[in-house]
Amino acid sequence: MITRPVEVPEPRVLAEVALTETEYRRAVDLLGRAPNGVELGIIGALWSEHCGYKTSKPLLRRLPTRGARVLQGPGENAGAVDIGAGLAAVFKIESHNHPSAIEPYQGAATGVGGILRDVFTMGARPVALLDSLRFGPLEEPEQRRLFDGVVAGIGGYGNCIGVPTVGGEVYFDESYRHNCLVNAMCVGVLRHEDLTRARASGPGNPVLLVGADTGRDGIHGATFASVELDAQSEARRPAVQVGNPFLEKCLMEACLELAGDPRVVAMQDLGAAGLTSSATELAHRGGCGIELDVERVSRRERGMTPYEVMLSESQERMLLVVRAGEEGAVMQAFDRWDLHSDVIGRITDDGRLRVHAGDGVVCDLPLAMLIDDVPLRHPPLAPRPRPWGAAADLLAAPPPWPLAEALLRLLGSPNIGSRRPVFRRYDHQVGDDTVVLPGGDAAVLRIKGTALGVAVTTDGNARYGALDPRRGAEIAVVEAARNCVAVGAEPLAVTNCLNFGNPEKPEVFWQLSEAVDGLAAACAALDTPVVSGNVSLYNDTSGVSIDPTTVVGMVGRLGDVGRRLTPAFGAAGDRVFLVGPVSAELGGSEYQRLAHEVNCGPPPALDLGLERRVQDAVRAAAEAGLLRSAHDCSEGGLAVALAECAIAGAIGVRALLPELAQPTGLASEAAGILFGESQSRFVVSCPAEDVSVLREHLEGAAVPFLELGPVGGDEITVGTALDVSVRDARAAYDAALETG
Amino acid sequence: MRFGIAVFPGTWSDRDWAHAVSLDGHEAVMLWHKEADLRGADCVILPGGFSYGDHLRCGAIARFAPLMAVVADFAREGGLVLGSCNGFQILCEAHLLPGALLRNESLEFRCQPQALRVETTATPFTAGCAVGELLSMPVAHGEGRYVADVATLDELEAQDRVIFRYAPARDQRAAGASPNGSQRDIAGIVNGARNVLGMMPHPERACEPLLGSSDGLRLIRSVVAALDARGAVAV
Repeated sequence: MITRPVEVPEPRVLAEVALTETEYRRAVDLLGRAPNGVELGIIGALWSEHCGYKTSKPLLRRLPTRGARVLQGPGENAGAVDIGAGLAAVFKIESHNHPSAIEPYQGAATGVGGILRDVFTMGARPVALLDSLRFGPLEEPEQRRLFDGVVAGIGGYGNCIGVPTVGGEVYFDESYRHNCLVNAMCVGVLRHEDLTRARASGPGNPVLLVGADTGRDGIHGATFASVELDAQSEARRPAVQVGNPFLEKCLMEACLELAGDPRVVAMQDLGAAGLTSSATELAHRGGCGIELDVERVSRRERGMTPYEVMLSESQERMLLVVRAGEEGAVMQAFDRWDLHSDVIGRITDDGRLRVHAGDGVVCDLPLAMLIDDVPLRHPPLAPRPRPWGAAADLLAAPPPWPLAEALLRLLGSPNIGSRRPVFRRYDHQVGDDTVVLPGGDAAVLRIKGTALGVAVTTDGNARYGALDPRRGAEIAVVEAARNCVAVGAEPLAVTNCLNFGNPEKPEVFWQLSEAVDGLAAACAALDTPVVSGNVSLYNDTSGVSIDPTTVVGMVGRLGDVGRRLTPAFGAAGDRVFLVGPVSAELGGSEYQRLAHEVNCGPPPALDLGLERRVQDAVRAAAEAGLLRSAHDCSEGGLAVALAECAIAGAIGVRALLPELAQPTGLASEAAGILFGESQSRFVVSCPAEDVSVLREHLEGAAVPFLELGPVGGDEITVGTALDVSVRDARAAYDAALETG
Repeated sequence: MRFGIAVFPGTWSDRDWAHAVSLDGHEAVMLWHKEADLRGADCVILPGGFSYGDHLRCGAIARFAPLMAVVADFAREGGLVLGSCNGFQILCEAHLLPGALLRNESLEFRCQPQALRVETTATPFTAGCAVGELLSMPVAHGEGRYVADVATLDELEAQDRVIFRYAPARDQRAAGASPNGSQRDIAGIVNGARNVLGMMPHPERACEPLLGSSDGLRLIRSVVAALDARGAVAV
C-alpha cells in the first residue's frame, strides 16, 4: 500500500484538538484526504478521552454488565434496571472535575444539569440527585472556597429545578488540592414502556434542536477535560459553561410530556462536544446518517463560525428526531413551555455526518470513523504497588491520644462528622418521596402508588485506593452495597466514575487497570452489574496525579418501604450486635490519618464471599422485620459506627468487646479494634425479645457476629476502654464541617 | 372538594400538592399560568418553586401572569388562597399580602424539618388546630426572611393575622428559632379578610407518617371544613 505524504498541521493546531500526530495520520488514512478545519475539530472532540474513551475502552470491557434486572446497560445516556411493578430505575454518574476546579459554582451546577438531562432524555422523571465530592484539606482557605462554591452550585441548580439532592459524599485529602472532584449522579423512575432510547431512524425524518440558543460557551470542553490542568488553566475559563436551571426545568417538563409519544423517534441531550457528539451518536446508534445546517441553529451571538456552532457546549439543549410531518405538533408542545425549537436537519441513510452552512458543505465524515474507529491508546502499564510494610508495625506505634479523645477527634474530622451543613443547603425533600433523609447510609425514595422503595448511595475511599487501587475499587462497591443493605434494600446495580490521573503515565494506567479489575470482581460477587458510568482521566496538575479514586453509585430496591431502617438506636433495652468479624487493623484508616498523618500499611482486608454472606444475612433480618436499626461500619471503624447510631437516636449504648480484654502487648491494638476499618460489618440493633430469633438467624447464615450490649443511658461505652457522653460526641460530630 | 393548583414555569411543588390533597380523596386541577381560568376550583394553591426562574425577584414576574389576575379577583371575592414558599412570595409581590421575603439571614438555602407554633385558629386554614400547638413541616428556601415596616408588623399582630411563628422543636414559648431571620419569627400571615394565607413552610410535604409528619393535613382538613360550612361543595 502506498502511503501518501501527509502534511501534518503545526503541533499547536493538533494540541488545540488534543490529537497526537499519529492519530492525525490515522484520520487522514481513514478519510482518504486531509480533514478541513471543522472536520478536524469534530474528529478531535469525538476521539477525545471524554467522548471516545480511547484509553479506557479496552479496560471497561472487563466489567459485568448483564443481569436479570438490567433493561439497559452501558452505551445509552443512562442505564436502567427493573425495580418491579412494571417500573424501572434509570441512573448514571458523571464527573465535572475539570470545570469545577476552574469555576466551582458553574462547574458543579452544569455537572448537575448534564446528568439530569441524561436521565430525562431516557423518558424518566428524575427523582434524586447525589454528589460525590473531593477537595484538598478544608483548613486551607482556597479549599474552603472551592468546597463552598461547589456546594452552592449543586444547590443552585438542583434546588431551582426541583429535584431533591438526597445523598453523596465529601472527603478532604491532600491528593485533591489542585484537582477537586465533582461527580454527580441522577436517578429517575419510569414505566418500562416509556423507556426512550437515543436511536435515530427513518431517513427523511426531521431533526429538531430545542432549548437554549447556541453561544460560544464551552467550546473545547471535551478536549479540555482530556488534558492535564496547568498554570494556564485559568485562561480556559471560557471552556466552562454557564447553567440555566430554569430553562432546564421547562425543557425537562416538556420532554417528559413527550416521553413515550410515538411522534418522537429519538431524543438525545447535548453534552460534551455539543451538537457534534449528540448528532453523531444519535445517528450512529440507529445505523443512519445525519445532515445538519448550522445556519438554521439559533445563536446567542453574532459571527459564530460553523466550527463554533458544532462544538459549542451551551447548556440546556436537546436534539430530537421526529416523525416526518409531525414536527409542527412537537414544536408546539415545546412552545407551550416557551421553548424555542428549530428544524436543523434530517436523518439520512448514508451513514455520514454532513454539515452544511447554507449552500456549502463544511463537513462530510463517515460516522463509523468518528465512533467505531476511535484510535485506542494502549499506554504502557507499569505495576507500582505501594510498599505496605507489616500490619503489626502500625499497631505497635504508640497512640497519641487516649481512646475517648481519639473517638471525639474522629467524630470531629471533616471526613467523618455530620454532613448537615452540606445537605441542609440542598432541597432534599421536594417530590414528597424522600423517606430516609440524607445523613445516614443510603437515602430512600418511596415510589408513590406502590409499596416499593429505592435506595441510592455513592461511595469511594481513595485512601484505600492509594494503597491498592484494586482493593479500593472493590471496597467502593461493597461499601455502597452495605449502605443499601443497611436501609433494608437489595443492591441491584452500579454506575461508576473512575477518577484517575494521566493514563499516559504507566503507573496511572496500571492503577486504572487494577481498579477496573476490582470493580469487576466485586460487582460479580454481589450480582450488581455495571449499567452506566464515566471515566475522568488527566486529573493532574503540573505533573502530579490524584490518588486513584473509584466512585461507585448504587441503586437498591426495597420491596416494602415500610421495612426501611436507619442507623438510629431506638429504645433503651434494645440489644446491639456487631455482624461481621472483629479484628485489629489500621491501614488506610482515618485514625491513621489523624493520629500519624500517614497513609500506609495494607488497606482493610476483604473476603468477597464473607462480604456477600454478611450482607445477605443482614438484609434477610431487615426484611423479616427483626431489626430496629442498622448501620454500615466504615470510616472510623466500630467505635464511630456505634457513636453515629447513638447520636442519631439521641441515646447511649453499653457495649462489651471481649477482644479488648485480652491485650497482646501492641500499643495501638485497642485503637486498631475500635477504629480500624475492617470490612463486611454492620452495627444492628433489635428489641430484647427478638434476640434469640436474631441469633438463630445469624448462626444459620454462617456469619460471624457478636452481641455487644444494650442501648440506653447517656454514654457511649465499650467495656472500660471507652466512655464518651452522647452530648460530647454530638457536639464534635456536628462541628466537623461548620465554618470556624 | 376541588383544589386548583397553579403551575408557573419553574413551579415544582405542584405535583406534591396534587398528591397531598388526593390523600383525602380531593380533586386537584392544574391551573396553567397562561390561562385566566380557575377551572371551578374551590380553593387555590400557589405552590413552591422558582416561578419564572426567580428572575428579577422571587414572585415578581408571576404576579403579572394571566392566571394571577383571576386569582386576585377570586381572593377579593373571599375565595380561599393558600400560598406556600414561592406562593407566599408571589402573594406579597401581588400585594395580596403585606411585606416582603428577602434572602435568608445565613445567606444560604435551608432545607430542614421545622417546628411552627400556631398563633391563631381564627382562620379557615387553622380552625382545626389549637392556639400554641406545635406543628412540624419542612422548610426549603433561600429567600424566606419575612420583613415589613414596624407599623405593618404591629398591625398584623393587633389584628391577629400572624398565623404561624417558627419555634424551637420542644419549647412552645421560646423565640429565635427562625431558619431565615424573619422579623418576629413570622412564618405565615393572612390578609385582612383572613381568606388568603402565605407561609414559607411546606404543608404538602407533611401529609403522611411515612414522610415524618402529617401536620400538613390539618391545614387541608381545616380548609375543607371551612368550604363545607360555606356550602361550596358542588351538588
